[in-house]
Amino acid sequence: MKVSVNNTTHDLTGIDPSTPLLWVLRDHLNLVGTKFGCGISQCGACTVLIDDTAVKSCIYPISAVGDKDVTTIEGLASDEEELTPLQQAWVDVDVAQCGYCQAGQIMATEALLRENPNPTDTDIDTALAGNLCRCGTYLRVREAVKVAAKQRS
Amino acid sequence: MTTLDYSDIGKVIPRVLREDETTPTVFTEPQPLVKLDRRQFLKLTGLIGGGLMLSFAPLRKVRAQDGTVFSPNVFVKIDAEGILLYAPNPEIGQGVKTSLPMMLAEELDVAWEDVRVVQAPIDRAYGGQFAGGSMSTPTSWEPLRTAGATARHMLVEAAAQKWQVSADTLSTQDSMVKHASSNREISYRELAVDAAKIAVPSRGSIKFKDPKQYRLLGKRITGVDNDAIVRGKPLFGIDQMLPNLKYAVYQKCPAIGGTVKSANLDEVKKMPGVRQAGVLEGTGNAMEVLPGVFIIADSTWAAFQAKRALKVEWDENNASKDSWSETVTQATKLVEQAGNRTVDTGDVDAAFSANERQAEGYYKYFFVSHAPLEPQNCTAMFKDGELELWAPTQTPTWGMGPAARAAGIDQSKVKLNQLRCGGGFGRRLYNDFMCEAAAIAKNYPGVPIKLQWTREDDISYDLFRGGGFHKLRGCVDEQGKVVGWHNRHATITGDQGIGSGQFPMGMVDNLRVEHTGIDWKHRCAAWRAPGSNVFGFVLMSFLHELAYAGGRDHRDVLLEMLGEERLMNRGGMHTGRAAACVKLATEKAGWTNRKEGRGLGVAFYYSHAGHIAEVAEVSVGDVEGTVTNRQGESVQKRSLKVHKVTVAADVGPIINLSGAENQVQGSVVDGLSTMVDLAITFENGRVQETNFDKYRMLRMAETPEVEVHFINTGEHSPTGLGEPAFPPLAPAVGNAIFDACGYRVRTLPISEEGFYLV
Repeated sequence: MKVSVNNTTHDLTGIDPSTPLLWVLRDHLNLVGTKFGCGISQCGACTVLIDDTAVKSCIYPISAVGDKDVTTIEGLASDEEELTPLQQAWVDVDVAQCGYCQAGQIMATEALLRENPNPTDTDIDTALAGNLCRCGTYLRVREAVKVAAKQRS
Repeated sequence: MTTLDYSDIGKVIPRVLREDETTPTVFTEPQPLVKLDRRQFLKLTGLIGGGLMLSFAPLRKVRAQDGTVFSPNVFVKIDAEGILLYAPNPEIGQGVKTSLPMMLAEELDVAWEDVRVVQAPIDRAYGGQFAGGSMSTPTSWEPLRTAGATARHMLVEAAAQKWQVSADTLSTQDSMVKHASSNREISYRELAVDAAKIAVPSRGSIKFKDPKQYRLLGKRITGVDNDAIVRGKPLFGIDQMLPNLKYAVYQKCPAIGGTVKSANLDEVKKMPGVRQAGVLEGTGNAMEVLPGVFIIADSTWAAFQAKRALKVEWDENNASKDSWSETVTQATKLVEQAGNRTVDTGDVDAAFSANERQAEGYYKYFFVSHAPLEPQNCTAMFKDGELELWAPTQTPTWGMGPAARAAGIDQSKVKLNQLRCGGGFGRRLYNDFMCEAAAIAKNYPGVPIKLQWTREDDISYDLFRGGGFHKLRGCVDEQGKVVGWHNRHATITGDQGIGSGQFPMGMVDNLRVEHTGIDWKHRCAAWRAPGSNVFGFVLMSFLHELAYAGGRDHRDVLLEMLGEERLMNRGGMHTGRAAACVKLATEKAGWTNRKEGRGLGVAFYYSHAGHIAEVAEVSVGDVEGTVTNRQGESVQKRSLKVHKVTVAADVGPIINLSGAENQVQGSVVDGLSTMVDLAITFENGRVQETNFDKYRMLRMAETPEVEVHFINTGEHSPTGLGEPAFPPLAPAVGNAIFDACGYRVRTLPISEEGFYLV
């Protein structure tokens, strides 16, 4: 079994095919930016992209990825690269409190903006409805989404 | 196996941070600094065989003893390469990894862009390294400004000697010392070697800046970890990686206090990826290690799968039988009986006899869970009799002693690395997860293990905010002035009830408070703004009831009660600062100019040295039939929209405006989320809501606009903002609901009374 994550193909021989993508990323590929929050698809901390779609990786078995491309938060800008406008918006708006949910919020936004470059407040609320922020940074998340949308257009 | 007695588990009163407590009791020796260049650092933090080393990776090429580094104290290091500031306290989302170094940077007079901030090692030289009680800001204000100003003083002195001029003729700005008359300037970095030779001056000779000269404090500064957060770099406790790391889970009895009779360990050990499984009998201290079964596996998923297949027979003789439904029934009787009279001033009975205009209300609040988004976890390695821990904790120094006990070693053999916490809210004041990791590591020596709680573990074995019940009576005189107040309340054991210094002590002539404790086995402890988070709702809602009974405007009654400007109760709340907040919040929210169809409600609460008033603007939908609540009652269903919350806060000068505003907005959102639909119930000793499908927090669409105003008169020191903006929210919204539709909510969460948020 192989999987493509952030444009790199990884051999997953020996890994239980029922393992959720989240734990393959975190434990096997050392991509720990994707977070564990609930394990039942309720909080969105584990949100990644499969092709252009945001999915909750905590309940997504690795065997279901197939030949699709997985993009995680680490795949937006590599260590040596400048931040993407989306990431930069999060820094400029100073969205994070604890920061634990933000990778999920950012990946859900990446999926939104790929599909809808100029989202309304309602579009944003709907697209991010599955992403919990325990610290309550929603107002800033929404603002950062708008800043990012403007920067990308 | 010997059996430890857990019969008294509910009697354990967890250590709760008190507002006057600033010094932790447990210390460890200073951690050696690891010297890394950037390449080594990247290798260590890299993907393969690496570890998250941020907690003890100082500025590259820092050499502490060779005279090339200027390090007058543990907070500041300057050398030819750069300026390094140490953030002493745990970062749990309250922003102190940014705001505390800002205090240093302001007095040091460095350009913020020149600074690199790292998390400090655990060392008693840093003072109390904990995050709790909104204490980091007030307890750091003097020492950090002193540390920064001292370093600046020495840099100026070094420049004076270099140029053979008087230090008085020099100034500093943006990491440079300047001599205006000769138009010379030199950077701090270039001065480091010379400054290292200057004697550290006495505190008395150090002058702080006039706040008018501040260049950094009060500005909006983005968090120092934001770049790492948006790149998804390893940062949190859960992100800790080490070579050959194994993954552990720990199953405790669902009814807390139960002990292990037997478990299918042989079966579990045969499962794929499982390395070890065993029983821990616990340490006998419910705050450390409870009895249970540990499993160690090659991956988190393998460990979770094994935990699912684990079958344990529990001895529940001494286990919890806690039942919320029974407690609700019992409480209605308790509040009819006289309790322990903690306050009795004036003549309450005479006041009620003499004044016919009265109000009465029965308030109750359910348990809630902290539920930080990062479930509890801790990485531990036990090797050659020594224990190393990597923990996301609010109280690193307090946890080391218990962790040492759990591993059966002396505390001097414990090393702790503090890592960023994915939320705290009080949960990580308690280090049971750290103790469990220590005990499990002891059973698997030589190999690092990461203990990972599931979300279900995190909620089921939380240290909850306890539930409570209040019967309130009050009376007002002919003018509508509050003259009598009687609060009879019953709360869960471990909570002493409303303290004698709380509102409305000193503001109502005839005041009686009675308290009865309710026995409870599950652990209860500090939850964001302890006490205030529920008392604020009860007291500031009931005050509105009395204002209404007297036919008066709520704001007027509140200001009348605050009365003349004075400091209440041996320091603490100042009525003038309180009144200023009430006036500003109501003015900004349009108190006297209400919109059609909207209700406005105000509440003030003083907690954690913060004076904060909030006004909520809401609309309430028509009754949409009935709905059955958690208590099995049929209640009328109505929608609630909170359009806007206007906040006026006096917490003294603001350190980081962006962070401060974020804390207030977050507290409002948390306050609303918690008051509307969060409840933990127990039956047969078991928690009934163990994940976010049943413990439903507020989402983006329901978030109100939050407008924040800070008052700074310049007369006060700064105080923390992690907590005090939470308590006023629930009563402000409750009062606004009454204003909008005439219905009084008296239960938290208000979904128990049929309200749902839109």
